[in-house]
Formats: sequence, C-alpha cells, structure tokens
Amino acid sequence: MKTRIEELRARFNEALGAAADSAALENLRVEYLGKKGHVAALMQGLRDVSDKREAGQLINSLKTEVETAIAEAGEALRAAAVAARIRSAKKYNPTLRGAEELGSYHPITLATREVEEVFISMGFTIENYDEIVDDYKCFEALNIPKHHPARDMQDTYYLDNGQLLKTHTSAAQNHIMKKYGAPLRAIFPGRCFRNESTDACHENTFFQMEGMMIDENISISNLIYFMKTMLSEVFKRDVKVRLRPGFFPFVEPGFELDINCEICGGAGCPSCKNSGWLELCPCGMIHPNVLSEGGIDTEKYSGFAFGLGLTRLAMMKYGVKDIRDFNSGSLKALSQFKSI
Amino acid sequence: MFLSMNWIGDFVDLSDLDRKSLIHNFTLSTAEVEDIIERGSDISGVVVAKILSVENHPESKKLHLLKVDKGDEVVDIVCGAPNVREGMKVALATVGGRVGEITIAPRALAGYTSYGMCCSEAELGISDDHSGIVEITEDAPLGTDIKDIWDIDDIIFEVDNKSLTNRPDLWSHYGMAREFATLTGRELKAPELLDVAQFDGLPAVEVDVRATELVYRYTAIKVKNVTRKISPANMRIRLYYCGSRAINFLADLTNYVMMELGQPMHAFDNAKVDKIEVQTFPEGLKFETLDGVVRNIDENMLMITSGNEPVAIAGVMGGEASKIEDNTTSLLLESATFDGISVRKTTTRLGLRTDASMRYEKMLDPELCRVATERLLKLLCDNDEGCEVISSFSDAYVKHYPTITLDFDKRYVDRYTGIDISSDRIMTTLTALGFGMTRDGDKFTAVVPSWRATKDVTIKADIIEEITRIYGYDNFEIFTAESPLLPVRKEILKSNEDRMKDLLVKSYRMHEVHSYIWSDMQKNKELGIATPDNVRVINAQTPDHSVLRVSMIPTLLSFVKDNRSYAESFGIFEIGHTVCGLRENGECDEQNKLGAVFFSKADSEEAVFLKARDAALELCTDILHKECEFVSAECDFDFEHPVNSFDITVDGVKIGYLSVPHPTVLENIDKKCAASFFEIFTESFSKVTAGAVKYKEPSKFPAIDIDITFAANIGEIVFSRLLTAATSAAGDILAGVTLKDTYQDGDTSTVTLRFSFISNERTLTKQELSPATDAICEALAKLGMTVR
Repeated sequence: MKTRIEELRARFNEALGAAADSAALENLRVEYLGKKGHVAALMQGLRDVSDKREAGQLINSLKTEVETAIAEAGEALRAAAVAARIRSAKKYNPTLRGAEELGSYHPITLATREVEEVFISMGFTIENYDEIVDDYKCFEALNIPKHHPARDMQDTYYLDNGQLLKTHTSAAQNHIMKKYGAPLRAIFPGRCFRNESTDACHENTFFQMEGMMIDENISISNLIYFMKTMLSEVFKRDVKVRLRPGFFPFVEPGFELDINCEICGGAGCPSCKNSGWLELCPCGMIHPNVLSEGGIDTEKYSGFAFGLGLTRLAMMKYGVKDIRDFNSGSLKALSQFKSI
Repeated sequence: MFLSMNWIGDFVDLSDLDRKSLIHNFTLSTAEVEDIIERGSDISGVVVAKILSVENHPESKKLHLLKVDKGDEVVDIVCGAPNVREGMKVALATVGGRVGEITIAPRALAGYTSYGMCCSEAELGISDDHSGIVEITEDAPLGTDIKDIWDIDDIIFEVDNKSLTNRPDLWSHYGMAREFATLTGRELKAPELLDVAQFDGLPAVEVDVRATELVYRYTAIKVKNVTRKISPANMRIRLYYCGSRAINFLADLTNYVMMELGQPMHAFDNAKVDKIEVQTFPEGLKFETLDGVVRNIDENMLMITSGNEPVAIAGVMGGEASKIEDNTTSLLLESATFDGISVRKTTTRLGLRTDASMRYEKMLDPELCRVATERLLKLLCDNDEGCEVISSFSDAYVKHYPTITLDFDKRYVDRYTGIDISSDRIMTTLTALGFGMTRDGDKFTAVVPSWRATKDVTIKADIIEEITRIYGYDNFEIFTAESPLLPVRKEILKSNEDRMKDLLVKSYRMHEVHSYIWSDMQKNKELGIATPDNVRVINAQTPDHSVLRVSMIPTLLSFVKDNRSYAESFGIFEIGHTVCGLRENGECDEQNKLGAVFFSKADSEEAVFLKARDAALELCTDILHKECEFVSAECDFDFEHPVNSFDITVDGVKIGYLSVPHPTVLENIDKKCAASFFEIFTESFSKVTAGAVKYKEPSKFPAIDIDITFAANIGEIVFSRLLTAATSAAGDILAGVTLKDTYQDGDTSTVTLRFSFISNERTLTKQELSPATDAICEALAKLGMTVR
C-alpha cells in the first residue's frame, strides 16, 4: 500500500508539471480527486490493508497534498493570464478628441440668473411682465407727466393699436404693486425698447432688471444696504457704493448709484472716465404718487426701487465690446457662453 | 454747463477752502461734475507794459522792433502783431515767465534779440482772438502783474446738463452759489441791484399779453444813451470761460445776467421795437431769426411782436430785424417767463435749442424777471455812466405759481431716512436753501422758495431729498430692513422657461439666441416667407422692421441660414414674446413662446425631425411628467411643410407644433441641408397640471419580453393609442411596450414591438402569456395591425 501511494505521488507530481492550462488542471483534479479517481480508489483498497490507521493517514495526507498543489497551480495560471492581458493591453490616448460641441446659454440668461440667485436668497420673488404696455403703465402710473421728453417719438416705439413697447422695466411696477400689495419684495427682469439707431454702444432692444421693496419703515439707509449687499454678491467682492442725487420722476429722492471701479482700483481709468467710479444703477425711494397709483397706503408704507442694466452688466462681466453681438444670432459669438 | 468758481465767489466767500474738494462734494450732494478745468495756471510773469517806440524791421515786412517799458526796465521786443502802436499798453510776458507751453527767454528773431513777448488774448487763454496783441485800457501802473487786474486764474467746472433737468434754479451761478453756501455753512450774499421802483413815475412800456395761457409774466423797461460797445475785460473773460462768445456790450450783458441768475433776457433796439405784444398766429408765418435763418412759425409757437410785427420767437431767439447793432443807443429790455412746455415744443419743431430755451424748458421762476432786470441795469449803469432809464418797469404778471407750504415732523424724516438727523440740522439746511422755516419742537413748516416751487418741490418727500443730500449719503449708517422674511413664490412660467433652457442646452447641446420683437421682412423675403400681418410699430427705424412677430420661427430660420457654415449640425432656440393679433379689448395678445430649430448638412431630414421630436417630447416628460401627443395637423404658417406638420398636445390641449420647413424655405437656407423646428407656447404649457411621481413596488420576479411583428402602415400608427389598446387588452401584467424595429419595402411595411410582462407574485412562463398576447394582437388588429 505504501508503495502504491508513493508511486501515485510521483505520477501526480509529474502530471502537475505537465499541466499547462486550467483545462488540463481540471482533468488532473478529476483524475485524482474525483469520485472515481485515484485517491478514491486507494481509499477503497484500504479494506485489504492490515494497518488501516497508518495507511489511512498516508492516503489523507496525499489527498491534501494534491488538493493544495492543484489550487496553487490554478492560482499561478490565473495570475499569469492577467499578466499576459496587461502586457497585451492597448494604450488609450485621452488627449485626442473630436469636435463634439456643448450647448450654450445666451449671456443675458447667464447674467440674469446670477443676479436672480442673489435676490432669491434675500427673499425677493421674480416676476415676468409684458413687453407691450400702455401709456398708463409706462408713464402715467410712474409720475411721468404728459409732455415729458421721455414720451417723445424719438425715444418710444408706439404701436398702431395705441400701445407701446415698454421703455423701461419700471413699467411693471404698477402691475406688481396691484398684484401683491404691501409688503412686497420683487425683481422683474425684462426686455426694453428705445427708438434709437444702433451702434457698438446702443441697441434699441436691451434688458434691464427692476427691483422693489415695500414695507413699513423702509428707508434710504435700507436702500443703500440692499444695493451694496446685492452688488457685492453680483461682483463677488466687497464693493464700495456711492449715491449721488439723480432725477427720475418715479422716485423721490432719486439717486445715481456708482460702484468703485475695479479696473483701476479707484485711481481713474478710461472705463470710469477717470473718476474711479462706475455709474451702475439708478435707484431711489418710490415716489408717493407711484405708490398711490399702485394702491399702496403711503402713510403706512414706503419703499425703494432700482434698475439694473442687465445688458450693460453682461457686457462688463464678459468683456463684450459691441452691444449688437447680443441680438446678432451669430453662433461664433454666442456659443462661447457655456453652461453654469 | 460750465461754471466759474470766481463768479460763484462773488456770492459766497470760498477763498480759504480747497475749492476742488468742494466741487467733488458738489457731485455727491447736488449734480454730477463731469470735468474740472484750471484756467490761468499756465500763465505767469505777464505784466502791464507800455510801447515807447515802434520801428519796422529792416528786412521783414511783418516784424516790428519795439522799446517796451515794463515798469522797472525798458526792454527790446521783436513783435509780429499788426496792431502795435506807440503809447499802447500791452500784456508783456517777461523773461522767465510762462505763456501756455512757452517759457519766455531772450530769443533771436531775424537778427534781433527779443526780451519778452507781447501777448494776444488767445495766448493768454481768455478768448479765441489772435488777430493782434491785447490792449490794456485799465488804469494800472506799469509792471503790475496782469493777474492783478484781470481774473485770468479761475477754476471752471462742467456740470452734466441732464443732472439739472429738475432744477431750474441751478442753471445759474447764483443758484450754484446757494448750494455751495449751504454745503459750507457760509453766508450767501445777494447780488447788487438797481431798484426799479424809482422809475415808477416814468411812462410805462405798452405790454399786451394776448396768449395768456402760455405766459406767466412779461416785463419790459427802456434805456437810452447807451454808448459803451465793448464789455469790461473781466466780464468777457467769465463769459469766455463759461463757453460763451463776447459779442457787444449789450448782448454780453444779457448773457452775463442769464448765466448769473438763470433768467434769459432779450434786448431789442428801441428804435425798432417800442411796444410789445405776446401772441400766436393761427395761420403761421415766416420769420428770420438773428442767426440769419428764415424759419417756419406754426400756429402753436408763441411770438413776441411789436405793433403785430414779429420781433422774436418767445423764449427761443430774437429776430434779425430788431437785433442790437453797433449803432444802437437805446433799448427795450425784455425779462419774461414763458410756459416751459410750449418753449420745448417750439424748439423741438424748429430744431433750434438755445441757452434761453434750455432754461425755459425747466420751468423758470417768474419772480426772477424783476431781479434780473435790476441786476442788468445795475451792471449797465456801473459800466456805462451816461445811460438813462426812460420808462417804468412795466410788468404783466399774468399767472402766479401758488405758494407751497409743507408740514412735516422729525418722525417722518427719521422713518424715511432710517437714521437720526437732528432737528437743528434740518432747520439749518432748509433755511440755507431758502425755505421759509418755522419750527415747533419736532414739527416743521416749510414754505418752498419761489425758485423751487415751479415743479421741483411739491410734496414732503421732496423735502427729504433736500435734507439728505446736504447731510451726505456717504455719512449714512446703513442697516438691513426689519421686514419679516417670507417664502419666495416663484412664477411657474418663469421656472418652466428656465428648465426648458437647461434641458435644451445640456441634453440637446443647443445654443440660445436672442432676436427682436419685430419681424425682419427683408430676411423673411430672402427665405421665401411671407411675413404674417400683425400689429405694427408706427415709428420703426425702417419699414422692414415694423410688423411684430407672430412666431419665433422665421427669425430663427434666418439665423440658421446665417450660421449654416458654423457647424455641420447644430440647434438654436429662443424664448421670447410674440404678438398674436389683438384681444377683444384692443390690446396686443402677447404670448411667450419657445422656438427651436435643428439643422444638419449630414443627417437625413427624418433623423433631424426625430431629434426635434425627441426634444419636444422630453420637455414634456421632464418638466410636466406627462407625455405629449403629436397630432398630424394643417399648417399654421406658410413656412411649415404641408405633409409633416404636427400639433403638440398635452391632455388634449395644443401647446405647440412640430414641423419641418417648407421645401422652398429649406432650399433658400441651403441647397443641401435638413432642418426641423418646433414652437412651444410656454404659457399654455405652464397651465398643464404636472403629473406626480407614483411609486410602484418593484417586482421580485424577472420580466419576460416577447417580440411580435405586425404588418401595418407606419405613417398611420399613433403610438399612444396603440399603447392604450395593448394595456387594456393584456391587463396589469403588461409592463411596457417599446418599438424594436420598422421595415419598409415598397408597399410592405412592418413594425416589430417588444412587449414586457411582469408579475408581482411569481415568475411568469411564456406558455401562460399566450392568452395575453392573443388579446393584444386582437386589439391591435382593430387598429389595422395584423400579426405576421
């Protein structure tokens, strides 16, 4: 029995050395460890052996030996196969690319969204409004008297049904006051129209954003605070603001708001006409006549309003030099404004 | 408008202050200063000197050799001016001095050395005149610095006219001086006047105001024996520095008083104008103004006449026939207030704006008429001693502005400003600005001064501006508001339009563009599109841009054409307003629309169409959580394809349409290309109730897919109807139907569908599904699909 075991061990070792792939190894496993395999045959032969205990131990140790050897050989084969796959792998080149294009937003959309986000975070609602309004909404309700130069034909597009294309987003003030009443805080971006010939700096169609805040005790101090906070968020720096008296019939007092020029740091440059300040948005305390027209009790409530030139803001932000690019439809220009 | 700090200094003493920083403060509290110009800083070492002798240069026809006495020394001067004369007093730039860019040094000129330079007015910077050297008529010792007799040194600042539209009082040096006096807390000195009450006994000038609705006040006075022709040097210098041209003494005086007090005045030659009427001419007429232009006067334009002969356009310009000439010695002086709106309309119609009309447009204070006359007479008599007033001050004060009295208290000011400005400060500020103030504790009454009461200050809020601008906005403490923070309501239309942009840009890589609210008829024509008639702009820049757009698509198609070489394939879209005719109330039916166009030079038209379909479909499933239907429909517009036009509906409501361009339009875009477009009516879209997410417990058992091929007319299949039929036939176990394949060969066409079945209770077997598939086939057969 002992001799048979030794013989079998020698044969196995020889065969293992010759097994070159996983199929050969599987065959070997079946041949030795299978139900009808050599090891099982030895076990059956145990019946005829006197020292069953010793022989049984020898057979078991052979069995373990074979199992381990087959497992190890299998592991080695798999490792070799992975190594071969790595050796033969194709090297990719991520630097080569085709011309697959991304979509783009209009720069006005991008600028508007940025400003809107700031105001949403401060509790302002965003309002839509018509582009075509009547004389009342555009002028009368805003305390702009008849015969005011702003109503002249050279400034305003009039339509053949008696309506007009709104010349400023302020034309929505009356509607929004009537819609919500006080208290109220809202912004309303929109497209405005002025009857003028176009050049690199002038467009007859452009975007503004108007904002209003109305409540008890809204003050000039609040106005400056909100303007400064909003503009600091929009420009992502701590802007300095300064207010100058400015005359607009729908506010009293009215202001021109300037921010410190970042291009020159206040020293003076062509962008700020050497003043160190950039004129950015007209604003003011809403005129009592305008509040009354909107159905708001002027004894109880006060408010501020401001207008921001979105088209100008976009020009400043993106360095667009010719305002006509915005409405040109030219994808060479517009496709550069990728998503946010 | 240019303003002289010297002139302002006549009325408020600012000599010891930094005048430039005062001007800076002026920007912050009153009006925008656009420029500051220092005059005279480039002039030094120029003295009064006298020409003792004049010799012609032996070789030059132009040059003269002069001996000039400059007080301490007689020097040789070589001079080329034509007007040199022995005994003439001149302005001599001495060696070491400076005139503009030139530093004076001994200089050889054609063989002779010149030890200085006799200056012209232009060289001194006090006028444009360089025809000869300036003659000094003032009585001053030789050697006196020219700056001691003439106000050459001055700081001039330019104020943006637009920022003064509401402040008629600031169109004058005196008004500006009041601002500076208030800002510095200094006293405002009244101008020196000649009281006209003393002439009350003299005969009146006949003044007849007929157009009383267009006139507030008309005053006139007559003066004779005026002999002076040239204005005093300092008056001329101020006029020049402030942008006016010296003409003659009388014309200069009227300009001077206008710039000083803001009241336009007109001097008629009394020999030609002896009485005054103010009227309009219903028939109109032709009238030659003093600039030599003959103008058409219409029935609305207010005219000054004398014996019904027109002599001036009221508030705008005098007439050529009655203007002051060199030989004029007597004058009729007008000082009047005309209606600002009427003057503005006249200037607009004539295309003629003058310094006078600009001031009238701002609504002048009628009280100024008398002050201005008294000021002019004072200056006239001081500088031309022989002149004599020969009429009373004749005053037709037709219309008065009401006196405005405003009551307010400190609480009101506190509430409006948000800060604490003391009652004392409120009193001081408003008093300095000319308000008639009374105070009872924290309660104030303010009488608005006449020069602010024409339209500028009418309500309490106007008082706030006066207090705060002088207080200084830079000095404000700033606070956030105490208002409660409420949830922000977002308009569904706005948020839907934002989501549409995101989807089209990110998933379909489209480019957002902007265009105009009007159609471009020319571009439409190039594409073969007839611009649909619509509401029109009556004053468009060009007739091509007068019709408002009814659809977003035509402009987008022309943009596609413009960009056709930009890329092989691309898509563009715009969300904007369109006008769909008029509503019943006569107002424009304004509708927001999304227009989108896909274009390709590589893909088939069907592929491009299906891409557009996918985008439209996804807008609905993504934003509304609802599938839209595409229903074959008649074209709305001639640029659509008659065969491939579909309404897009959700819940049976039309929210847009999908189409491909009419072959003619397509050909006009590019000879070889494909395009497809859709338009979504974003307001209708936003009225659809969005579907909610409904959770279904996922089955633990596998699904079984069965593919079935049907013979069918592909063009007639409506997928959603097919889906409904199959679902109702098969019951709950049918989890989905997808299109696997279509095949077309001549008249034969087939469609292969994959039906997915799943059960929540057990694993299904193919055998037990045959009743379900049979039911499906039976149901679809009714829709014209037979199993193959």
